Amino acid sequence: MDVQDFNFVREMVRSRSAIVLEDEKNYLVESRLQPLARREGFVGIAELVTKLRSNGFSPLHGKVVEAMTTNETSFYRDVQPFEALRKVILPELIAKRTGTKQLCIWCAASSTGQEPYSLAMLLREHFTGLATWDVKILATDLSTQVLEKARAGCFNQIEISRGLPPPLLLKYFDRQGPTWQIKESIRQMIDFRPLNLIDSWPAMTTMDIVLIRNVLIYFDVQTRKTILGKIRKLMRPDGVLFLGSAESTVNLDDAFGRVEVERTSVYRLR
Amino acid sequence: MNALIIDDSRAMRRVLRRIVEPLGFAVTEAGDGREGLSQLRAMEAVDLILVDWNMPVMNGIEFVHAVRADTKRRDLKLVMVTTETEPMKMARALMAGVDEFVMKPFTSDILVDKLRLIGAGTF
Ligand SMILES: C[S@@+](CC[C@H](N)C(=O)[O-])C[C@H]1O[C@@H](n2cnc3c(N)ncnc32)[C@H](O)[C@@H]1O
Repeated sequence: MDVQDFNFVREMVRSRSAIVLEDEKNYLVESRLQPLARREGFVGIAELVTKLRSNGFSPLHGKVVEAMTTNETSFYRDVQPFEALRKVILPELIAKRTGTKQLCIWCAASSTGQEPYSLAMLLREHFTGLATWDVKILATDLSTQVLEKARAGCFNQIEISRGLPPPLLLKYFDRQGPTWQIKESIRQMIDFRPLNLIDSWPAMTTMDIVLIRNVLIYFDVQTRKTILGKIRKLMRPDGVLFLGSAESTVNLDDAFGRVEVERTSVYRLR
Repeated sequence: MNALIIDDSRAMRRVLRRIVEPLGFAVTEAGDGREGLSQLRAMEAVDLILVDWNMPVMNGIEFVHAVRADTKRRDLKLVMVTTETEPMKMARALMAGVDEFVMKPFTSDILVDKLRLIGAGTF
């Protein structure tokens, strides 16, 4: 695609989502925008970009930003973070919260829902005592398209084949033809809401656990710092932060200390 | 590491072989459950069995029951490669001792991830 068009899209995506697209991502932008252009009735990318240039932020701009997000995810992604939650983090936090019987978990950048659903199933499966507690799982993402899919809780065969142990599939999903529908009792444990991490955030409750995995990697250093700083203010002093396996708070936010739990890194406030 | 692949389709056996051999498994093949059992008896150590569900002579589930009845082979991992997605039937297979399902059609990534997840061999 044309360099000027690429630069325009890149700047628009950066300012709207903080996602940084390097020079060599030209092909990626092109391959993601081609189908969108066609779907929206444009002859090609050039015409789509001309339209984008012609007015301020519109739903079409939003669609372009969404098209540039990477929504790759899977159930129990990386396994170890969920082992850490099950064996160490949750038992510890639950012991500390028996007074209030309240637990708040935030899955920021939850994509199509596999991450919050993994969490919800884990709670249901291993922490039955929480039935009488006030447990909140907030799942947010920038993309309304993935949020809609997450909220629907309907997964195809490839999706359920990735990371989901068969006993959990059989216990918490109903088969509907070629797809699998998460049971309502799990679905209703999660509050799905749109949230752009670089916008101002709505008022949120203080969090015991925050998972913000595999999204900071798309942002520049300053944006990562800002977001980590905001998360820190939202977390309880003894709260726990989970990042993606290629991410860390080191050199970004020294208020967080890295702790090794079940062969994975988690972050606690110092 | 040794793997036994049981499927009445030679093409499917070849597909599976091409995925697990690069992981370091030495592969033995069988065309149905009965043949699978006799192959198994002849093998010293087996780490992994990939077995189809619907086969002539002895089907996958009968095979799984027979294998799991043999207490000496407790550690081996059993993966069913199948088009079967009926939850009740899948539940029966799990109770019979299946460790994982791979639903056809599948990609090699899916199979490899699952093998890693259940700890079939080390690769
Ligand atoms: C690779 S997925 C990660 C999903 C899940 N957390 C995981 O680790 O499997 C990244 C998600 O971040 C979302 N995202 C990208 N930029 C964002 C932003 N500025 N605010 C909120 N979400 C954003 C994308 O829409 C996408 O769903």
